[in-house]
Amino acid sequence: MQAYIDQLIQQGSFAGMPKELVYAIAMVVAALVVLSVFVAPLAGVTSWLERRVWARMQSRVGPNRVGPQGILQWLADGIKNLLKEDLIPSAADAKLFSLAPYVVFMGFLCTFVVIPFGGNLIVADLNIGILYILAVTSLVVVGILMAGWASNNKWSLLGGMRSAAQIVSYEIPAGLSILTIIFLAGTLSMQGIIKAQGWGPWDWFLFHNPFTFGAFFLYFTAALAEGNRTPFDIPEAESELVAGYVTEYSGMRFLFFFFAEWGNLYVIGAVATTLFLGGWQVPPLAIFDNNPVLLGAAQFVTFFLKAYMWVFVAMWIRATLPRVRVDQLMALCWKYMVPLSFVCLLGTVGFMFVPANLQRITSAAMAGLGLALVIIFFIRVTFQIKQAKPELYFKPHI
Amino acid sequence: MSVASYVKDITDAVSSTFEGMSITFSHLVRRPMTIQYPDKIPVPVQETLPHRYRGILEVDLDICTGCLACERDCPITCITIGIEMNKETKQRQFTHFDIDVCKCMYCGLCSEACPTGAIRHSQEFEGASYNPGGLVRHFAPQPQNLYKPKKGGETEPKLITKVDIGQKYLDEFATPDGGAAAEEE
Repeated sequence: MQAYIDQLIQQGSFAGMPKELVYAIAMVVAALVVLSVFVAPLAGVTSWLERRVWARMQSRVGPNRVGPQGILQWLADGIKNLLKEDLIPSAADAKLFSLAPYVVFMGFLCTFVVIPFGGNLIVADLNIGILYILAVTSLVVVGILMAGWASNNKWSLLGGMRSAAQIVSYEIPAGLSILTIIFLAGTLSMQGIIKAQGWGPWDWFLFHNPFTFGAFFLYFTAALAEGNRTPFDIPEAESELVAGYVTEYSGMRFLFFFFAEWGNLYVIGAVATTLFLGGWQVPPLAIFDNNPVLLGAAQFVTFFLKAYMWVFVAMWIRATLPRVRVDQLMALCWKYMVPLSFVCLLGTVGFMFVPANLQRITSAAMAGLGLALVIIFFIRVTFQIKQAKPELYFKPHI
Repeated sequence: MSVASYVKDITDAVSSTFEGMSITFSHLVRRPMTIQYPDKIPVPVQETLPHRYRGILEVDLDICTGCLACERDCPITCITIGIEMNKETKQRQFTHFDIDVCKCMYCGLCSEACPTGAIRHSQEFEGASYNPGGLVRHFAPQPQNLYKPKKGGETEPKLITKVDIGQKYLDEFATPDGGAAAEEE
């Protein structure tokens, strides 16, 4: 993108303006375009899809009145929230209270800088890409703690404290799982990690060896916990804390928290796709050779579908698992996930000494195992469908 | 905590999550249990309700004798009846027969007191209105003559069915024992 702006400056499009100012304006414009064209509709549609998927898994219908199948529900909700009164409690710390949602939002939105949507479609391919993501998502905890403290409400404070403890704890297994991939790829750059993989599942880091296979699930669980998702949503556990740190928020500021939560789901999926699932890699077909636009579109669609599949899995987990207790949450992190992620890390390091031929056989075997797991899963699903008693099926007048 | 129990905890967590997710996924392809109200239902809900359901009151003025038993029995006076003598025809007629559904508490005392079964609970329950005045049901929009029961039974065919419906309601549903006597016969 910088090259394109340099070209414009040389053509004299911004006559008389300092170069730094042009860069700054270009960055603001790019951020606004990304926010309004991609992130806002994405988070909105995710919010609708989540309610819909969740409803269907609980044998309900879900929102289906606004637009076809209710797909515009997020617009109605967004407009409603924008028009609501923005309340600030009189006992609250007004400045911190109004700042907190934007800190949370910024922590989530900054990750979009390094998310590789396609081979050339990336805002900035930083050479420390994945480290940058780990760093800026830590901003979220600052915002949440700020919201919890500034609300001057014991539920909010408890929610903020729980959230801080949870996010800080779960960053360790997440970081260690990411470290296994960094060892394998030999780079921190998002594009570099993708280029170290191939388009086929046998070339993905997910199936590289049994330890990366485990590391993937550890990363995904830890990322769910960092995103305050069920079953790890104790910071906003409504049965205990009303709504945790968002208890006192209303209107636009309330919307920002949930904007960040739903957008963050996509970030989790995108990082998992980049690290473990081969990112935007597409098969080297003949039609892509002289058609960079088609190639770019295919890469974008591939990446988007892979990332959105994990968004769906997160919704699915939310519909499946109950919320864990605080002590269970900490026990899961420190007693199970941290040691296991160390095992995965050391195992992968040991595996790097295995001869290349054997490594290729292992990845093929692991890909076969993954396929077998999916098949076993769908056999179980058909079993569950057959097991369901007939009276559980639709009967209009009970 | 032994190593065996540690490993068992992990395998339990993985296998139970796997099994639970297969159950929720099987629900995804099922049809929803809930009925989408008020549209997309094959039969209106009113038709599926039990006969003794105490919905919004309805009055069949054609068989109402104007005895005012319901107005007197109503504990919260939600029924107001006006009866006047028409000077031209020399017959008593209703000037108004209003039931305020806002006030009605669906106790059913009026329908039990009615001698002809003219006032009774319908299966109707949708009373939404933009103003409370819209909930006042006017059963006599224009003056209407009172019903006089004939000795030896009704002869007019239109009224016979209405009298029968009222009597059936009284026998089966509006008795203090809840129609138990009628069921035993």
